[in-house]
Amino acid sequence: MLKGKQTWVFKSKPTIIASSAVGGPKEAKGAIAEDFDILYSDIWLGEDSFEKAEKKLLEDACQKAIEKSGLKESDIQFFLSGDLINQIVPSSFTARTLGVPYLGIFGACSSSMQGLALASMMVDTGFANNVLAAASSHNAAAEKQFRYPTEYGAQKPPTAQWTVTGAGAALVSNKGEGPKVTCATIGKVIDMGISDPFNLGAAMAPAAVNTIKVHFEDLNIQPEYYDLIATGDLGMVGHRIVGDLLKKENINIPEEIFTDCGLLIYKEDQQIFAGASGCASSAVVTYGHFINKMKKGQIRKMLIVATGALLSPMSYQQKESIPCIAHAVSIEM
Amino acid sequence: MEKFIWAFIIGGGICVIGQIMMDIFRMTPAHTMSTLVSVGAVLGGIGVYDPLIKFAGAGASIPIISFGNSLFQGAMMEYKLHGIIGVLTGIFEITSAGISAAIIFAFIASLIFKPKG
Repeated sequence: MLKGKQTWVFKSKPTIIASSAVGGPKEAKGAIAEDFDILYSDIWLGEDSFEKAEKKLLEDACQKAIEKSGLKESDIQFFLSGDLINQIVPSSFTARTLGVPYLGIFGACSSSMQGLALASMMVDTGFANNVLAAASSHNAAAEKQFRYPTEYGAQKPPTAQWTVTGAGAALVSNKGEGPKVTCATIGKVIDMGISDPFNLGAAMAPAAVNTIKVHFEDLNIQPEYYDLIATGDLGMVGHRIVGDLLKKENINIPEEIFTDCGLLIYKEDQQIFAGASGCASSAVVTYGHFINKMKKGQIRKMLIVATGALLSPMSYQQKESIPCIAHAVSIEM
Repeated sequence: MEKFIWAFIIGGGICVIGQIMMDIFRMTPAHTMSTLVSVGAVLGGIGVYDPLIKFAGAGASIPIISFGNSLFQGAMMEYKLHGIIGVLTGIFEITSAGISAAIIFAFIASLIFKPKG
């Protein structure tokens, strides 16, 4: 049901009956390693290309979520997935493996919450009973996709971010136990003219602010309604900018409940520049770390605002600025 | 001993300029490199770079800017022998060792390591 301008309220409160997080070697040494279901010590995952490695991460995340739910592939009506690789091949190839009817989505790093919002809508409206939503990214595959030739060893400024090697999946169902998806705010594309791909946090911050603002307006609630509000992958630079911009909009989110998924994955000494990024940033933190905390009773209500930078290597080369988006999903226990 | 100090200062100074080009003027690494090569060719053309190499040794001959100077010197050398066509044949005259070495060592490295990015 539409509420306000752009927020869906899910009356039936679809349930995340199972979720999973898979990570690579750097994630295994990070700050939330214990929240991953599977961790790999090799960035290649035994495959002969990084793209194949990413597909394996995604397959693992999906299969793990299905296994944890106790369902079978045939019980799942639809699979929604997105990633950062050209033509989202890791997602499509994972769909080939699963054999579940599939809709590929692209919202860059906001794909995780885009998928969860759509999956919840499908379940809430009765168009499906069980929907699997997933997203993945792979550090080296993303570097290949978006940066200079990696062999070049180009320097990065401290505002750059580190793409997470990982995948997360959530199985949304019309019955069962688990955290409930209560509403979702679909973001607008916001472009403030930033064109530096080594400062995506700053580029994405205004999109996050817009979605957060509209979310509270549409639902007529205050930030204190939530125990936790987390943006997807803004990193240190973007997180600080969001804080400042929200204050200008007269939205005061208490600091202790406001964080960014990109600041939680790694330890401080892991040389990740301004923080983590990539589809897997919000996916592994939400589907691993946060949902585990919900199950332990440490979080009751959370709002995940997954941010995405909708650039392509070509748009950057043609000196276009970076349009950004953010989708917010509210999950309550 | 004095030569080492000058090599350090001149070589380091060139690298500082490159770093400033990237950090302050937001130039990409590729733009920074090709600009420095062009500057080297110009400095060679006005006769400044060879004396600098004599003065600072490896401090001036190792940075990429020296490659531009070598491109110019090679072209001029052949120009004197063969006229205008020498500009084309001479560009890689002096630098051919560097270019060939890059190709051959890259090939050897690719046999030992996984060359995929």
